[in-house]
Amino acid sequence: MEPHVEVKGLRVTAGGKDDSAITIVEGVDFTIPRGGVLALIGESGSGKTTIALTLMGYARSGCRIAGGSIRLGDTDIRALDEEGLAALRGDRVAYIAQSAAASFNPSKRIMDQVVEPALIHGRMDRKSAEAKAISLFRALALPQPDSIGSRYPHQLSGGQLQRLMAAMALITGPELVILDEPTTALDVTTQIEVLRAFKHAVASQGATAIYVSHDLAVVAQMADQILVLNKGRIREAGAATQILQSPADDYTRTLMAAARPAPKPAPVAAPTKAPLLEIKGLFAGYGKVDSGGRPEIPVLRDISLSIAKGATLGVIGESGSGKSTLARVVAGLIRPASGSVNFAGARLPGGLEQRSRDQFRRIQLVFQNADTALNPAHSVADILGRPLRFYHGLKGAAQQKRVAELLDLIRLPANLADRACSGLSGGQKQRINLARALAAKPDLILCDEVTSALDTVVGAAILDLLADLRRELGLAYMFISHDIGTVRAICDDIMVLYGGMAVEMGPRSAYQAPPFHPYTDLLVGSVPELRAGWLEEQATRPPPPAIGPALEGADLCRFLPRCSARIDGLCTHFTPPRRHLPGGSDILCHHPEVVN
Amino acid sequence: MSAASPATGQSGTTFLLTLIVRRLASGLLTLFLVALVVFIVSGLLPGDAAQEMLGQSATPEAVAALRQQMGLDQPASIRFVRWLAGLLGGDPGFSMVANMPVADIIASRLPNSLILAGLSTLVAVPMALTIGIASALRQGGRLDRALNTATLSMVAVPEFLIATIAVLIFAVELRWLPSIALVPASGTFLDLLRALAMPVLSLSVIVVAQMARMTRAAIIAQLGLPYVEMARLKGVAPARLVLVHVLPNAIAPIVNAMALSLSYLLGGAVIVETIFNYPGLASLMVNAVTSRDMPLLQACAMIFCGAYLLLVLVADIVAILANPRLRNR
Repeated sequence: MEPHVEVKGLRVTAGGKDDSAITIVEGVDFTIPRGGVLALIGESGSGKTTIALTLMGYARSGCRIAGGSIRLGDTDIRALDEEGLAALRGDRVAYIAQSAAASFNPSKRIMDQVVEPALIHGRMDRKSAEAKAISLFRALALPQPDSIGSRYPHQLSGGQLQRLMAAMALITGPELVILDEPTTALDVTTQIEVLRAFKHAVASQGATAIYVSHDLAVVAQMADQILVLNKGRIREAGAATQILQSPADDYTRTLMAAARPAPKPAPVAAPTKAPLLEIKGLFAGYGKVDSGGRPEIPVLRDISLSIAKGATLGVIGESGSGKSTLARVVAGLIRPASGSVNFAGARLPGGLEQRSRDQFRRIQLVFQNADTALNPAHSVADILGRPLRFYHGLKGAAQQKRVAELLDLIRLPANLADRACSGLSGGQKQRINLARALAAKPDLILCDEVTSALDTVVGAAILDLLADLRRELGLAYMFISHDIGTVRAICDDIMVLYGGMAVEMGPRSAYQAPPFHPYTDLLVGSVPELRAGWLEEQATRPPPPAIGPALEGADLCRFLPRCSARIDGLCTHFTPPRRHLPGGSDILCHHPEVVN
Repeated sequence: MSAASPATGQSGTTFLLTLIVRRLASGLLTLFLVALVVFIVSGLLPGDAAQEMLGQSATPEAVAALRQQMGLDQPASIRFVRWLAGLLGGDPGFSMVANMPVADIIASRLPNSLILAGLSTLVAVPMALTIGIASALRQGGRLDRALNTATLSMVAVPEFLIATIAVLIFAVELRWLPSIALVPASGTFLDLLRALAMPVLSLSVIVVAQMARMTRAAIIAQLGLPYVEMARLKGVAPARLVLVHVLPNAIAPIVNAMALSLSYLLGGAVIVETIFNYPGLASLMVNAVTSRDMPLLQACAMIFCGAYLLLVLVADIVAILANPRLRNR
């Protein structure tokens, strides 16, 4: 059968048209049969998005398609002029971008944007386009399909916008759909729903698809064929099952190993039992605090935890669950409304002003994004030198020596000290970010999503480094993440946050198998497995059982609206008790027989 | 497409009304403070109207008598309150120098100023938008560089030079246009346009440059955003991309820059008014300073300040209407 998409000898360059141009993609060949799904996988800089975009004849600013042939059906895409390309884009080839929140025009209604491709390409009139859009909204399982189009992007959630973007792509009935990391920005519980909706919608249209991702497990659910890319070149190509089961290339094996980090063994010397950080009954949030110690907009509710010296607590939850707020309270950036925070046996003052320099030194915060956390105008030595001078009064040669030691500690060469950090790679920057915290010689490091912005291979190396440092220096971590795989790999204890409440808390062994809290169950069950067919096996969850109206003013379970194990009359009226499970964890739930 | 649900539409309107009322209130407070400052500063000027009218050789007794007649011997606080009360009642006082009510003097000049500012706006705003959009779309290209050089030199050349050169070319050499912008009362609309062509040109040159550069910057800031790439990948043509997708998002900084530039057309027109001998408000105010005609000076200052506040308020309202996040709170 004639392939639907055929790319041969593709070459993309950046920079000028002359010899100074840098080749960013070279020698890429592939074909896709009609209705097939090809996945392009690789780390950032592998050229996967660049290759996908060439099928629309599009190269990002500063880049240029320099060679090769790109055919879609009978059309030679490289032979098209700007007008021909504009006629192709959004009509025969559609694109679903990574961040729907940024890719929708903020000042236009959703419906206007969704029907736009159909209107500008003259596919249908406004009325039938809107009717088609509404049927797509319904097929993509969007809430209120008849009226959601009249909303503006800021009124919708990330998962909804991502599905609306799929509707926008599918409205013209394109023959090729390009999905560019469409679920990377979503919470894992949302991702599974969106993946299912995408797969169904693309298949029911009979469209050919290119799926760009760095996540092998997601790709395993979506693709028939996989192309593994590294630095703009193909490392391995083949059927999805073959690549997932018996990868032939070393690089593919590295990617697969990094996708599911192995648990790091706890330090040999068991951590001492005396708690380093102890939080009891913490409430925190924004706005005025009432007489009962509840803030106007509560973010954290009744949080209690303790971290022993040298131990690691994982804090996991979806966006908005309050996990970053928790780190900010411990760091002193947000004052608790009520409850106590004790550090090394002494009460920790709420605000930064009342804390001593020694308290600052002993608790260090590492931010998610090293790109924005490090001053791009400063050299590595400046960045590390400042905490050394501030906390330890080190100057001159002593400071230089300590900077070299720190770089050695984070496995970077000492000659990096004079480099500006803007010239470093993402992984190197995150190491510097970590070294800045280490410079203070802290007892506790608060790691806020420190691997989330990194590629899987680089992120896995950072996790290894964190585990080594903990063993060498006896550090304690509060490790915040949205990824249960990462948390399970590095943490001794894990706390699951939902809506600002700790719904489950226990040792990591308790998270290997059920029973769980219903939310933990949803979270664990939503992480895709590294094999094809997993998505199909996950039966669509039944809608939560019907319940009567909740009791006004009662302090109810925060997970109630989404819980599939809720019990009418019990969950709707009473505050859930904290109960101990045989696996070793404590959960906040009414359910007598915890699900699964 | 249905409009937003009644609930959000209602709260949006209420929000807008609250904002306008609040801004008007703070505008009035600003006007009061300006009135106070203008009054104090005009009192600091050496000499007063009485001295100015009688000349240097007048005897102190004569000056004192005239002062008493003009009410200038009263304490400053009483004069201020009296003036403010008059202002609120629509009577900005009596000009002793011109021997006629200030309201009458202003009534004869204000329409001239408004016509000049209005025509300049009509010319400058479309021109600035066109230049700004064109150079943003061709960012870094030849057209962009040419327009950049042109607008920069327009900002850099003083307006009196532009006005003088325009007079030399169009009035002296080519004899197409009158060098003095005096419109006879019986003149037709065409006469008016001919008379005002050069003043409007000179004023527009100044404000177009600023507005065009701000427009270019605002649009370039939007062009790098993901939603613009998305629109391109939907096959949206360049003209539609700018007008339908980018402009609504760039409108807030553009109208604010325009409000600042346009406020210059009223009060900043003094040089152009002088060169073309045009009877506008700005030259009137300068005359009021030289003749120590304090009531007239204060009234002019209040008009300029009020116009400025009005323009900024309009710019804010436009910016809110263009942004659904603010509109649909």
